[in-house]
Amino acid sequence: MPSPRYRREMPQRYRLEAAKCKKCGKLFFPPRLVCAACGSKGFDKTKLSETGTIISYTIIRVAPADFATQVPYAIAIVESDNGARLTTQVVDCKPEDLEIGKKVKFVFRKLYTEGHTGIICYGYKAVLV
Amino acid sequence: MVGIVGYGSYLPRYRIKVEEIAHQWGRDSETVKRGLMLKEKTVPGMDEDTITISVEAARNALKRADIDPVEIGALYIGSESHPYAVKPSGTVVAEALGVVPNVHIADYEFACKAGTEAMFVAHGLVKADLVKYALAIGADTSQGAPGDALEFSAAAGGSAFIFGKKGVIAEILDTFSYTTDTPDFWRREGAFYPLHSGRFTGEPAYFKHELGAAKAILNKSGYKPTDFAHAIFHMPNGKFPLAVAKRLGFTKEQIDAGWIVPLMGNTYSGSSPTGFSATLDIAKPGELIILVSFGSGAGSDAFIFKMTDRIDEVRDKATKLKEILENNRIYLDYGQYAKYRGKIIMSG
Repeated sequence: MPSPRYRREMPQRYRLEAAKCKKCGKLFFPPRLVCAACGSKGFDKTKLSETGTIISYTIIRVAPADFATQVPYAIAIVESDNGARLTTQVVDCKPEDLEIGKKVKFVFRKLYTEGHTGIICYGYKAVLV
Repeated sequence: MVGIVGYGSYLPRYRIKVEEIAHQWGRDSETVKRGLMLKEKTVPGMDEDTITISVEAARNALKRADIDPVEIGALYIGSESHPYAVKPSGTVVAEALGVVPNVHIADYEFACKAGTEAMFVAHGLVKADLVKYALAIGADTSQGAPGDALEFSAAAGGSAFIFGKKGVIAEILDTFSYTTDTPDFWRREGAFYPLHSGRFTGEPAYFKHELGAAKAILNKSGYKPTDFAHAIFHMPNGKFPLAVAKRLGFTKEQIDAGWIVPLMGNTYSGSSPTGFSATLDIAKPGELIILVSFGSGAGSDAFIFKMTDRIDEVRDKATKLKEILENNRIYLDYGQYAKYRGKIIMSG
């Protein structure tokens, strides 16, 4: 990920900032300009809850080069307790520990580094509660 | 009243046992365990570093402080394993906590006492009314060379403390610093692992500075060892803090709450601060606590705290150290440990 994009995404990757539609109350992560549910353009800034539930997951066994040392690792769709869905790595567990419906907690981790000399990119991941 | 208004800790879930490291290098594990008084140590995950540990510890501190992060006017991180050689750890942590942009930030480095350095300065700024709240963090993912004695102890973890004048849970009654130029442990620029002077790290380094700072603050404040409910000394291994406590006249019972090194290892800048955090988890209102850190190079920072009634309101708002230490442990073998710590040279 190029550095300018990483910088733009910090509110979401670092602080889990989301947008809640002022009209219909639907939660969006990342925030949108127009509500996909009611078409409204008014949003309140909010945060995802600290915990969520695994909706689905897969185990990556053949990974891109930057993630090759981490295999096997899990990527899951997690629904936060306040209703937003996001894709995230689930770490600090074995593949057999994972189940749909298990509770997770969002944590702050290194996502990857831009080579040996580039910036270190940080953001959210999830761990089993 | 100036003191701590919130505190929190974080340790990685991964562990390696002394037996596993001893087996790798042909050492007798029972001799090592008896000599160092260690059982196992924490190991950072491949996606964990001083910055991620600092964020998690500080989030726990914010839960207990119950303040708006934008009111934090200074944020300092003490570590000898800052991920960047040039670029502050503190900026990432401040951004993740929502503290930016009206904040003063600096990274500190003084071997194992960088965390209490951050605490020392944070306390001073609040006392001088330069900032409303100041956040001080001690965190490390410490390095021990393969086969070196340090490999049995060098661990990962950290603790965070928010200083303020409103909502104090532990008032600071006194501070003292004791420092000399003592080359007992060092790492040159570009070197992967630190070096140390073997037995020279004991009497002329650890003991001289721990005893010097502790005796000086006791003399300055007028307190005696028997006045304290709890004492925390830096924990490079299990044995040294017990020995220094005995020489000062403290009992094993007084240091028990913070003597977490047998299961945690030495978290360097996070060592005595995390022992202090574990002590705050069980301390009662009105009790006195003495904390004396040690950093090679060398120096010690000493603090005397008095617990307030508010501790009973906040301690359950975040996970306690004992739970972090004993729950969700994932044990690694030496091969996995070497991979996680980047000790394997990869081709290409």
